[in-house]
Amino acid sequence: MTKARSSTRKPGEKRVTTVSLVLFFCFLAFIFLIPFIAILLTSFKDSSTIIRNGFNLQISPETFTLENYPYLFTGDHDYFRWFGNSLFVTITQTVLTLLVSAWVGFGFAFYKFKGKNLLFVCVLIEMMIPFEILMLPMYREIVSLKLTNHFIGIMLPYLAHPMAIFFFRQYLQSLPKEILDAGRIDGCSEYGIFFRLIMPIMKPAFAAMAIYVGMYSWNNYLWPLLVLSDSKKFTLPIGLTSLLGPYGNNYTLLVSGAVMSVLPIMILFYLAQRFFIEGMSTGSVKG
Amino acid sequence: MKRKLNSQKIAPYVFVLPFVILFGMFFVYAIGNMIVMSFQSVNIGDIHFIKFENYRMLFSNSSFPIAIRNSITYTILTLIVLIPFPMLFAVMLNSKSMRGSDFFRGILFLPLLCSIVVAGFTFRFLFNETNASLVNAFIVNVLGGDIIPWTRLRWPAMSLLVILATWRWTGINIVYFLSGLNSIPVELYEACDMDGANAWQRLRCLTIPLLKPTLIYVLTISIYGGLAMFVESQMIWAGKSSPNNIGLTIVGFIYQNGISQGNLGLASATGFLLLIVVLAINLAQLKLSGALDRENN
Repeated sequence: MTKARSSTRKPGEKRVTTVSLVLFFCFLAFIFLIPFIAILLTSFKDSSTIIRNGFNLQISPETFTLENYPYLFTGDHDYFRWFGNSLFVTITQTVLTLLVSAWVGFGFAFYKFKGKNLLFVCVLIEMMIPFEILMLPMYREIVSLKLTNHFIGIMLPYLAHPMAIFFFRQYLQSLPKEILDAGRIDGCSEYGIFFRLIMPIMKPAFAAMAIYVGMYSWNNYLWPLLVLSDSKKFTLPIGLTSLLGPYGNNYTLLVSGAVMSVLPIMILFYLAQRFFIEGMSTGSVKG
Repeated sequence: MKRKLNSQKIAPYVFVLPFVILFGMFFVYAIGNMIVMSFQSVNIGDIHFIKFENYRMLFSNSSFPIAIRNSITYTILTLIVLIPFPMLFAVMLNSKSMRGSDFFRGILFLPLLCSIVVAGFTFRFLFNETNASLVNAFIVNVLGGDIIPWTRLRWPAMSLLVILATWRWTGINIVYFLSGLNSIPVELYEACDMDGANAWQRLRCLTIPLLKPTLIYVLTISIYGGLAMFVESQMIWAGKSSPNNIGLTIVGFIYQNGISQGNLGLASATGFLLLIVVLAINLAQLKLSGALDRENN
């Protein structure tokens, strides 16, 4: 009886459900895209319009200007130095963090040793304490190590990134332990096994974590802000905020520069959406 | 020496060594240092113990309760918005009648790609106090209201911060809930359909209970995120302090005292208290999910 009713009810009703669901998400997607559209449109307006009006979705011939982008690329400012710094920090930090964390994750996944469980609990605890709580003593350590204004000072504390270690351990645990024996029979050292046998099969895990660490590094603000004080060493987010500061109201550079800073990630996202979503949702993977 | 290093007894320790060193340096030592500093008066060349003086000063500080109030209000409001709605959206995206779920999931995820710096000042300008900024123009022209001074009054400012958080985190929470939904076996839904359950019954009796692990996870990270919020408010007020401290958070309080004013003792005392709170939440979470494991067995 229920079956019969649902089958007579389904086709038309199903289409209505589909249409209303899709319409709802179109509306929601539009709302979520507004800030992006607004900043893109504003990057074609002059400075006084931005200060006077803030951001909106209007575009009119009187306020339209193409000058911001030529100024971004050829003007006399540090934008591309900051861009370069960010690029350098992001790439170096990502490569080093992946290497170190995979190294540690391999140790956790493939070996039994005294103190292993305790150490892994330490990984979990570090994962759960927000960085903001520890920024002050960490900053003091960087000062006493004389690493302020050095990029290594930004990268050092999280080279063995707890989230990445956790992720790599999960990934490696699903692999058969026989790999280890096979490697040993072939005469590899324990470390040779890691470099020659394990790293090549970790590619998908590396891709997901590269996105996670890379995004984190590219957008990181608070920690670099503490470590860096020399404007020549600024990374992009810090450089951009310095444009908002009391000494500079370079709003056109701010807006066009912001668009340029988001663009590379958007393109990457378009190309590798799967890895982004996998990488960014790491934490919810159940142990 | 080389052979020793390669033995299967030593190798695992070589593998975990980088973590041990960095964890010791930047976690254990940092926490220890913070606790010690919280009992000290720290000035250049003059560091001495002052017992509980920092804690006494902290509790007599007039902006500390405001910071706590703001952080807690913000956390509660973000929980109210950022748990039920993303869960509902995930269920909707996951439904069989939905088309183009991956596309919409991608769009809702986009804000997370944007640095907090860019997101922060974009929202500041969208909510600018002129009738030409998007939000105020909408309020004046469409709703027929008055311009709202978003960054000058307490509740508008709090709403602005929560709206910003909603924009940024809805997408990732949807992703969490979607992966939770996908781990529910399809057979259970089929059994449910056969029993003639309607959509609401299915949601209440099957989906929500089975999403509990995801729910606990999202709840915990949202609480951490809420209590640790600082950069958002710094961006909205462009690094200046907010009028009547309406945008001051606990971490903002730590930053203001520790970094801007150099009162490391007071800031460390604040940090230590916050750490205890977070650890307590942590423990509660472990207990919650632990209890869950026993249920499953």
